[in-house]
Amino acid sequence: MRILQMIIDTSIDVLPIVSIIFGFQFLVIRRPIPNIKRVIIGFAYVLIGLSLFLLGLEQALFPLGRLMADQLTNPAFIYGDLANVSGDIHWADYYWVYIFAFAIGFSTTIAEPSLIAVAIKANEVSAGAIGVQGLRIAVAIGVAVGITVGSYRIVTGLPIHYFIITGYVIVVIQTFFAPKMIVPLAYDSGGVTTSTVTVPLVAALGLGLAETVPGRNVLIDGFGLIAFASLFPIMSVMAYAQISEYIAHRSD
Amino acid sequence: MQQALFALFKSMLGSLRDLLPIILVIGFFQAFVLQQPIPGFMDIVIGTLFIVLGLTFFIYGLEMGLFPIGESMANAFARKGSVVWLLVFAFCLGFGTTVAEPALIAVASEASQVAAIGGMILNTPEAMQSYATGLRFTVAFSVGLAIVIGVLRILKGWSIQYMIMGGYILVVIMTMLAPKEIIGIAYDSGGVTTSTITVPLVTALGVGLASSIKGRNPMTDGFGLIAFASLTPMIFVMAYGMVI
Repeated sequence: MRILQMIIDTSIDVLPIVSIIFGFQFLVIRRPIPNIKRVIIGFAYVLIGLSLFLLGLEQALFPLGRLMADQLTNPAFIYGDLANVSGDIHWADYYWVYIFAFAIGFSTTIAEPSLIAVAIKANEVSAGAIGVQGLRIAVAIGVAVGITVGSYRIVTGLPIHYFIITGYVIVVIQTFFAPKMIVPLAYDSGGVTTSTVTVPLVAALGLGLAETVPGRNVLIDGFGLIAFASLFPIMSVMAYAQISEYIAHRSD
Repeated sequence: MQQALFALFKSMLGSLRDLLPIILVIGFFQAFVLQQPIPGFMDIVIGTLFIVLGLTFFIYGLEMGLFPIGESMANAFARKGSVVWLLVFAFCLGFGTTVAEPALIAVASEASQVAAIGGMILNTPEAMQSYATGLRFTVAFSVGLAIVIGVLRILKGWSIQYMIMGGYILVVIMTMLAPKEIIGIAYDSGGVTTSTITVPLVTALGVGLASSIKGRNPMTDGFGLIAFASLTPMIFVMAYGMVI
């Protein structure tokens, strides 16, 4: 029953895209779609797959992830006993939060369906030069580092734009040195990483953290983790290409 | 039949492997760090099974349906040679997929709370509702515009780095001017707009266009549409925060 409800919900979400595609196909392009049957079956698979995926996430992963984010940012967990709360807080007290941020950033990115899609496409277009797994791991490391840095920012309360602008400067510098073919893909990987799996879990971590750390405002400091998660993969993907090029160069 | 089942089983193993890191991370933290009982263990096992099945179907359907249609439409538009229709399609795709995006709806309603607390709008449900709706349409418009710019770039063969750098400079300028409450949400909005179905479609469209136009390289010209779609919302959300 819940599966059916989920399929209906997902269909409603997908409806605008489907109507745009078929509208243009029939009104503007006016040519039959090649392998129409296969395409429709493919769409049905995507719908069923996405519905099951979301249902599973809501049943298993999100409650657990939110619960863990809550528990890890709970003052009683971080400060041991309540006696220390009134004293100075040190950013290093939150080490479990950083470790969790890194681990959850990495692991959710590996499971992100849209990243799998882009990696498959990049592998196909580059004739195998870009490995599906290599790209996904590079992006996942970027997200992991990004969310860790973002958690550090929430704990210290430093303004977000310092970090983001510094990130931009690094991206611009890297762009000049990275292999040309990776640059557009690297820019893209910033946007694709943050979707179905990562966003809800990371948002829960950010809000939980902003609630716990004294002096933070949930509404102002709780946001921004997604921004970190979409900036750092740009750097890590370019770095991945730079390192592979360097290794290939040395072995010549 | 047996072969098909075997293929299905094999890709399910692949999905399970994709999911393994999350299971390990959660298991490790539960067992060694938090040491608290997991509520509803059976639910979690069943849910995980759903995730594995869902991921398997999604990737199957991706290569059967989403990728081919994105590419065949890109080819058809390139053959038809009508730039105007292609750009209209690009805009509709960006706008249409973003305006109904659940993640965006959530972010917009949070942003309206920030605005109400920050005193930018009246703290009433009506004012917040209209602020959130306005924000949603602003972001959807900016994504539509981004895809149009990205498609134009593929057609003209402009180099992406200078356009992205220009975008970065605009973000920095807007950051200095925008009210500081909106900045965190504006930065986040860049990441949440690109959904699981939009990304494969838009990628296939870009790569398909770049492969069917002479002199374009699918690798250097085909990618980059998502990059624009995650940059323009940041600029437009900050602009929205300034205007309202």
